[in-house]
Amino acid sequence: MIYFKKVSKIYPHDSVALKDVSFEIEPHEFVSLVGRSGAGKSTILKLLIAEERPTSGSIFFENQDIGFLAFHQISKLRRRIGVVFQDFKLLPSKNVYENVAFVLEVMGAESKQIKEDVPQVLKLVGLEKKLYNFPSELSGGEKQRAALARALVHRPEVLVADEPTGNLDYVHTWDIVNLLIKINSLGTNVVLATHDKEIVNKLKRRVITLEEGRLISDEKKGKYLI
Amino acid sequence: MFINLSRIIKSGWLNFRRNIWLSTATISVFFLALFVVAALFVLSFATTHIARTLEDKVDISVYFAEDTPEYNILDVQSRLLDFKEVKSVEYVSRVDALETFKERHRDNPLIQASLEELDENPLLASLNIKAYEASTYEVIAQFLERAPAGSLVEKIDYRENKELIERLFTITGNIKRAGVIVGIILSFIAMLVAFNTVRLAIYNERDSIAIMRLVGAGNWFIRGPFVVQGMLVGFAAAVLSMLVLAALAFAFSERVDAFIPGLNLLGYLKTNALLIMGVEVGLGVLFGGLSSLVAIRNYLKV
Repeated sequence: MIYFKKVSKIYPHDSVALKDVSFEIEPHEFVSLVGRSGAGKSTILKLLIAEERPTSGSIFFENQDIGFLAFHQISKLRRRIGVVFQDFKLLPSKNVYENVAFVLEVMGAESKQIKEDVPQVLKLVGLEKKLYNFPSELSGGEKQRAALARALVHRPEVLVADEPTGNLDYVHTWDIVNLLIKINSLGTNVVLATHDKEIVNKLKRRVITLEEGRLISDEKKGKYLI
Repeated sequence: MFINLSRIIKSGWLNFRRNIWLSTATISVFFLALFVVAALFVLSFATTHIARTLEDKVDISVYFAEDTPEYNILDVQSRLLDFKEVKSVEYVSRVDALETFKERHRDNPLIQASLEELDENPLLASLNIKAYEASTYEVIAQFLERAPAGSLVEKIDYRENKELIERLFTITGNIKRAGVIVGIILSFIAMLVAFNTVRLAIYNERDSIAIMRLVGAGNWFIRGPFVVQGMLVGFAAAVLSMLVLAALAFAFSERVDAFIPGLNLLGYLKTNALLIMGVEVGLGVLFGGLSSLVAIRNYLKV
């Protein structure tokens, strides 16, 4: 479903973020990308949503080469992927409901469908009582659950999470991880970038380990190596 | 398509309402810019009015020699009226002139007494000529000096006041031109300031714009609400500037009238209300929308 072929990303001044990275993600997989900060996890995710372009190599999402998308095709690609960021990236001037509904509005969904789906997905992440709160009125864990709801509401084929628990405490971390597992069990691909050893070891799913921009291990039921 | 448009408008309205302080600040700056434009209207009206009043006061009088028969004078009058530049020609006979003179000085016993002493009417018959345009007086004066009228003419008033009249017209012309230039410069500065305010407001939203891009929003879906917001700001500012202009006109119209007689500010605003309103609202909405459109460009590259 997702193919990285000899992908390198080199930022100006010869700063190497990724070097010859190749891997493949099958449908319904739950993949953890692990490594220290700066190892290249975020770069892989940014390439996946076309926020960055590869310096060399090719990246395919199904049969579409996403390394060289035209500008207007980028938004279309992003609508097929749900993204969760470490810093949540909720729209501060919209309330929880509107933040989630925004994704559906972008896609041109019917108003009726939006009215049905948004409360449903917010219930799934346990925010049914915070529909009309603004992001500034939420705790960190609530913000991340709202962001997760936003990433899910349009039923994307892939859910990408970049250190989603990086800013959360222990309890909220497991709220989020359990939600990710649940989402994956419903058939969505999950790509999780994290440096949380405990999460990775408990998941017992596929683990891709990166070090200084290189892929150093890829195991079906992996453990945190470094 | 329609559903997108309605969502864009709704979102623009929500942003406008929720960031009411930012909107208020932007409206204030837009208000100042539009008020300058409205003030320009009034200024140009006032200068035109002053120039016209001055021009109206200018005429030339040609005095005919004492023994000129009346039919000769009337002949000159009718020939002057053939000029399309000439607005009116008023004939004042010697008797009329004396009557007017007596009337004007009836409180002055000395003049009355000296008039009694004279056997003959000392005043000359004259034609008072008004032209539409001040610049044509020169041509009229030249015509009068030429034969056959020339031999009958005793003196032409224009020749005596020529310099004064010409200077007056240079001044009114300059006032009009300076008004336009200052107005254009002021509006330009005001618009730059207004545009910069919009830029700051959008700079403030740059993170949100990036987030919208990252969750897959197309550019028009992001831009649209900002454009709507800009248009709303422009509209509100235009309405505000109209209200303030009307209030000022009501408050000061009488005083202005006393200062510059015949300058009917309120009347001018009433007859031109639609034009001014159209220009203000049109300019406000167009400029507000366009400012947003231009200012947002840099932030849509994610």
